Parts: sequence; C-alpha cells; structure tokens
Amino acid sequence: MTAPDAAELRRLTRELLAAHPPASTDRTDFLKARFDAGLAWVHYPAGLGGLDAPRSLQPVVDAELAAADAPDNDPRRIGIGLGMAAPTVLGFGTDEQKQRFLRPLWVGEEVWCQLFSEPGAGSDLAALGTRAVRDGEHWVVDGQKVWTSSAHVARWAILIARTDPDVPKHRGISYFICDMTDPGVEVRPLRQITGEAEFNEVFLTGVRIPDSRRLGPVGEGWKVAQTTLMNERVSIGGSRIPREGGMIGPVSRTWRERPELRTHDLHQRLLTLWVEAEVARLAGERLRQQLVAGQPGPEGSGMKLAFARLNQEISGLEVELLGDEGLLYSDWTMRRPDLVDFTGRDAGYRYLRSKGNSIEGGTSEVLLNIVAERVLGLPSEPRNDKDVAWKDLSR
Amino acid sequence: MTAQPATSRTPDLLYSEAEEDLRAAVRALLADRADAPTVIAGTESDTPYDAQLWKALAADIGAAGLLVPEKFGGQGAGHREAAVVIEELGRSVAPAPYLTSSVVATETLLALGAEEGPVAELLAGLAAGRKVAVLAVPFSASASGTPVVTAALDGTLGPVADAAAADVFLVPTTDGLYAVAADAPGVAVQPLVPLDLTRPLATVTLSGATGTLLADAGAARAAVDRGLLAGAGLLASEQLGLAEWCLTETVRHTRERHQFNRPIGSFQSLKHRMAQLWLEVVSARAAARNAADALATGSPDTPLAVAVAQAYCSRVAVHAAEECVQLHGGIGMTWEHPAHLYLKRAKADATAFGTAGRHRETVAGLMELPAP
Ligand SMILES: Cc1cc2nc3c(=O)[nH]c(=O)nc-3n(C[C@H](O)[C@H](O)[C@H](O)COP(=O)(O)OP(=O)(O)OC[C@H]3O[C@@H](n4cnc5c(N)ncnc54)[C@H](O)[C@@H]3O)c2cc1C
Repeated sequence: MTAPDAAELRRLTRELLAAHPPASTDRTDFLKARFDAGLAWVHYPAGLGGLDAPRSLQPVVDAELAAADAPDNDPRRIGIGLGMAAPTVLGFGTDEQKQRFLRPLWVGEEVWCQLFSEPGAGSDLAALGTRAVRDGEHWVVDGQKVWTSSAHVARWAILIARTDPDVPKHRGISYFICDMTDPGVEVRPLRQITGEAEFNEVFLTGVRIPDSRRLGPVGEGWKVAQTTLMNERVSIGGSRIPREGGMIGPVSRTWRERPELRTHDLHQRLLTLWVEAEVARLAGERLRQQLVAGQPGPEGSGMKLAFARLNQEISGLEVELLGDEGLLYSDWTMRRPDLVDFTGRDAGYRYLRSKGNSIEGGTSEVLLNIVAERVLGLPSEPRNDKDVAWKDLSR
Repeated sequence: MTAQPATSRTPDLLYSEAEEDLRAAVRALLADRADAPTVIAGTESDTPYDAQLWKALAADIGAAGLLVPEKFGGQGAGHREAAVVIEELGRSVAPAPYLTSSVVATETLLALGAEEGPVAELLAGLAAGRKVAVLAVPFSASASGTPVVTAALDGTLGPVADAAAADVFLVPTTDGLYAVAADAPGVAVQPLVPLDLTRPLATVTLSGATGTLLADAGAARAAVDRGLLAGAGLLASEQLGLAEWCLTETVRHTRERHQFNRPIGSFQSLKHRMAQLWLEVVSARAAARNAADALATGSPDTPLAVAVAQAYCSRVAVHAAEECVQLHGGIGMTWEHPAHLYLKRAKADATAFGTAGRHRETVAGLMELPAP
C-alpha cells in the first residue's frame, strides 16, 4: 500500500466524520474511531493509529476535524504520553506492547508520567540510583523518583532504573513501563512554588515489573531514554500560534485597557518583549514550515530556550504592571491539578509557574550545552565520569 | 475593536531553490572578488567602490534589477530575492551601493507608478547596472519622518550613504521629487569620515542645481516612504548575514584556539554565549524573512513586519559583532582581522533607517500599545 496523500487523507477524514458525527457521538467513541481509522497520528504505522503517511500531512486531518468541531484528545492533559511515551514505545516496543499501550494512550483513557529524575540525578540523569534486580520473569525495583508531573493521575509510567552498577553509568541502565497501580508504588504530593502540587515524589519499594514490560535490551536503557528526551524537546514549538497568542497576550490587553497603570519604563520593556515574542512566534512558524517541507533544521532545540526566557520576563513585567493588584495572589490552597493551565490563571501564578520553564524537560543551561555541542560543533568539556563504574562515582 | 492588523496569509519564511541558487552565485562572486584583505585594502584606497565587482554583481548576475519589472528591463523578481543578495553582502561587508540604489532608490521610483518618461528611463538604467541612484536623505532617516530639502534645490544634506557612488540623486523637496545628476553644476559631494568604513558617507550640497521633476510633493512623499520602508525591511537581511558571519567565524576560531591546554570553545562560559547567539541568529532569520516576504507580497502587515525585523535584528547584529571581537581576544582588536569591519557596519546599521527604539515606537502605534 502506498502512503496516502493530502486528498486521500481529506477523504478519509470526511468518511470518519460521516460515520461518526461529532455532535451525536460520545467523545471517547469518536476518538477510538479516529484512532482505528489511522487518523490519530498519520505518520504512525497502519493499525497503530496511523497510515504511514508523511508527518507533514497531519495538519490536513486536523484542519478538517477542527472545521467539523470534532473533539480532540486534550493533548495538554496527556502531553507526556503523547510527546514522550508514545514515540518511545513505537521505537523500542514489541508488537504486543504497541498494541496494548498506544490506543488508550492516544485516546486519553490512560495518562502517563515520566519516572526519570531522582533527588541525586537531574541534569546528570544517567547517574540515577533506582535499582532494578532480576527475579525470574520479573524485575524488583527499589528507589525514589522526584518532581514527577501527573504521577497522581497516571496509570502508566516510563521508568529508567539501574540494572548493572558495575559498568559506567550510561551502560548499566534499563528502561521499563511501570504500572502506577502496582503495590509498592507510593505517590506523595510535592508542593511547589505556586502552592499547588502538580508534581510528586514517587517511592518505589519492591515493585515487581514483568520482564515483558521492558523497553529495549537490558543495559541499553540510556539509548531508549535518548529517544524520549529528544522527543520531549521537539514536541515544543511545533504548533502554530497567532500573534499575541502566548504570554504577551494578557499583558498587552491589560496595557490597552488600563491606561492608569502605564509608566515609561514599563512601556519600553513591554515593547522590547512584544517584539521578541513576535519574533519567537515567527521562528516557531519557520520551524514548522521547515518540518512540513521535510527539511527539519536544528532550530527545534532553540525554541524551548526562547520561550522559557520570554515567559519569565513577560510574566514578571505583568506583575509589576498590575501595581497593587500584583501584590495579591489568587489562592495558596494546596491542590493537585490535572494539568498545567497558564492562561486561565492570574499574573502571579504565571510568574511563579514560568520559573519552571527553564528547569523542566532539561534546564536552559543544559540546552545551551546541547546547542553548542550538537548544533555548533563546539568541543565538549573534559569529563571524568566516562570510564568509571557507576558504583565508584562520587555522589 | 481589535488591535491586530489583518494577517491575510501565512508568510513563507523559507528560501526557495531559485533563491538558494542566486545566493550561491552571489557568494561565489564575493568570495572571489571581495575577500577580507581586499575589502580592507579597498577601505584604505581612494576608490572605495570596486567597479568591476559592481558590474559583475549588478549587471552580470542581474542583481540590480531584481525588484524591477521586466518591462523596464529588470528581472521581475522581488524582495525575497533581493534580501538573499543583501544577506550575502552583509556576510562579506563588501562596499556596494546595493541597498541604497537597487533597493531604496529603485523602490522609490517604482512607487511613482510611471509607465514611461524619465522615471522609466532611470529605472531601466538602474536595473541594468548602468547607473547608480541614491536617495538624498540622511542614512538615519526612517519612513516616519522623511526630511526634505528646501523648496528649491538648495541646501546641504547628510550624511548620505553611498553618495560617492551615485550618478543620480533623488532629491525630495517641498515641490516634489527631483532627479539631479551628480555631475550637474551646483552639486557638490563632500566625503565624510564614516564610522563604517565599508559604506562611505558624504554630504550632498545643492546650490542652485537643476534637475528633472519626477513627481509632485504628495506622490513624492509616499514614494520616498515606500523606498525607506523597503530599505529598512531589507536591512534586516544585511544584519542577519552579518551576524551569521560573526557567529560562524567565532565558532571556528574558538575551536582552533587553545589556551589552558584545551580549545577555548570547550569552556562553558564561551559555549553558552555562542549558543545564545545562535538562537538570536535563528530568530533574526525568521524576522528578516518575514519582512522580505511582506514587502514582496504587498501584505497589509508590512509596516509591522518591517518594524519588528528592524527592532530585533539591529541588536542581534551588534551583539554578534561585539561577541566576535571579544571572543577573538587580541586578534579581534587588530586592523588586519576583519572583525572590526563587521562591528563598524553593525553599529552603523543600528542607526540606519531608524534606530531600534524608533521602530519600537512604530510597533507601539500599530499595535495600539501607546506610551503613558
Ligand atoms: C515543573 C517541573 C516538572 C517536572 N516534571 C518532571 C517529570 O515529570 N518527570 C521527571 O522525571 N522529572 C521532572 N522534572 C525534573 C526536571 O527534569 C529536573 O528538575 C531537571 O532536569 C533539572 O535537574 P535538577 O533539578 O536535579 O537540577 P540540577 O541538575 O541539580 O541543576 C541545578 C542547576 O545546575 C545547573 N547545571 C547542572 N548541570 C549543569 C551542567 N552540566 N552545565 C551547566 N549547568 C548545569 C542547572 O542548569 C541548574 O541551574 C520536573 C521539574 C519541574 C521544575
């Protein structure tokens, strides 16, 4: 079978809409039907939600569905599953794993989280110490993970653990799918800077994971994790945003509507940031056009850096612009939200939450290293951990 | 009411194959005829412009006529293509009156909408690279607030960029727009000592000079504004090319230069600065392409696209050139290393066609984000 073109995808989408009119079809049923029609992510294989079509044709399907007011799968709520777990399962999973996990993941029936970071291993993720010890057909996992977003609502987790402490750190890691409902998995809310608990501590005590839920060969988990991390960064910046679509929107509106708040200093800062936000938007659009034209540039790694800085500066400006109102905060009650919602919240929340944008998913410093070494080809710094067994490293 | 000017279509921010071919031709020519030692030697000679280089670029490659329709002997291409030529000129900082003559003067003449007569003749001369025309306004002038000479062709103007290369001056007066031959009686061009050695400046003094009236005051005003808008928009591409050269050279140098028994490019404090610069260059490219595309398609978004590109790219070019000098260390401060040419060009460009602050004011006006 040859890959469908845009016209064919349009036809298939209309067929789906005709067979399952969004107005009269249950949301989940519609999403399941869409997955089964291969219109979930068209670049995925047939039978797994796709049609082996070029990734660049997804917008054709999305546009048709949006025009018909079809429900989406709430990508913000299931971002870790869509952006990270799915490409990793697709790349390294067995047929059984792909069949079992991808459909409920995409439809949003099963939320995923990412059990990577540990108290002693953040940027230096490969230093992690959570142990997985083989016991027949199972692995027994003990350790502690931290800053785990959505662990409290997740059914599944991607997990990396150390299976061999006697080899250098990158080589002794294996990659698993962890059932968050298993005995021995304990999720404790970790209250954060905003007052709520969007992320968690996760304690793993004697958790038994069947070997059939390992992704990739034993000891090669780092390679698998690379796929996850690469996709984590790429998933940012790919969507089209309108002018003033990001954080600059609310502050610009406040500026227009509340002349009494204006000062000359804030005006200069606002205009500078407005221009930078517009340029970042255009750079994101250019990246998208490159992807569609099949010439992906290295720009992707840069967009996360740009948005992290802008979000922080713009939201900081907004708190100042609001004057007395900026002295107040909506609510410090500890809550455990399902998703991060920037736009529905006030300036103080945005200011505090955006501090995480330069930490989560790789810090800005680490991303600058990646750009310098992989994009610009600058030499890496001398390292003293490459040929030392993990157990002999200083911690 | 909405403060968003209508965006009629999504701008095309990529380069076409034809544009890449054009780039390759221009780059090869400049590598051949305008390498750094040649450019430096040129700045110290009596003839700042290389006539052979200009002929090859303007006439042989046909770059001078990119904006000019075929009926006037041009290429009938557009601002996207011209922007690519300008990127390459920015990368080499070769002195060539391209932005001033082939863009600003040409665009001003085109905006007059003449089908024949002196305007059409002049356009044909510019498109063929036979003539160089320069708009006689200070290089710092922006589309909002064009200065005019007094009613008659009398007065001193400057600093005018590329005046020394001009065969014809386009002079906006209160009467209208005049074309005045550079060698006509009553025209004196007095070279100035420029900060940017690769884009010579001069004052133009008119004392009872005579010229051809091309348009009345109203039409002249709109045409000059359009010329300056195009100049500002495409200047962003020059700043992009310049910044890109600075980054590439800095990366190359810091990979090769060893101190403390390792390449200096392996020190994180330097790596992060270059990575940051890379991000700025990537962003500048999107902004510059957006401005070129808006000009080319006559988008209603053009004034905003140009203001955004200028407000952003000026700073990126200066930052890149400053980093280039700094990360080259002592070599970067020497006359024989070309880094100084780029710093001088970048800093002068930051004032050309209006400063970043001026363009931010334009953004404030267009987006209804007024000052207190
Ligand atoms: C809101 C939020 C959500 C998160 N969600 C998840 C999740 O769902 N799952 C998960 O596994 N993790 C999650 N994280 C964790 C996140 O990935 C880590 O916090 C991050 O990778 C940084 O690690 P660290 O906190 O240990 O900081 P460290 O690595 O200790 O870094 C501290 C500082 O040192 C700098 N630094 C470290 N190494 C270098 C270096 N080589 N060069 C220069 N500077 C360096 C860092 O940039 C940082 O500024 C989340 C974090 C946040 C803030």
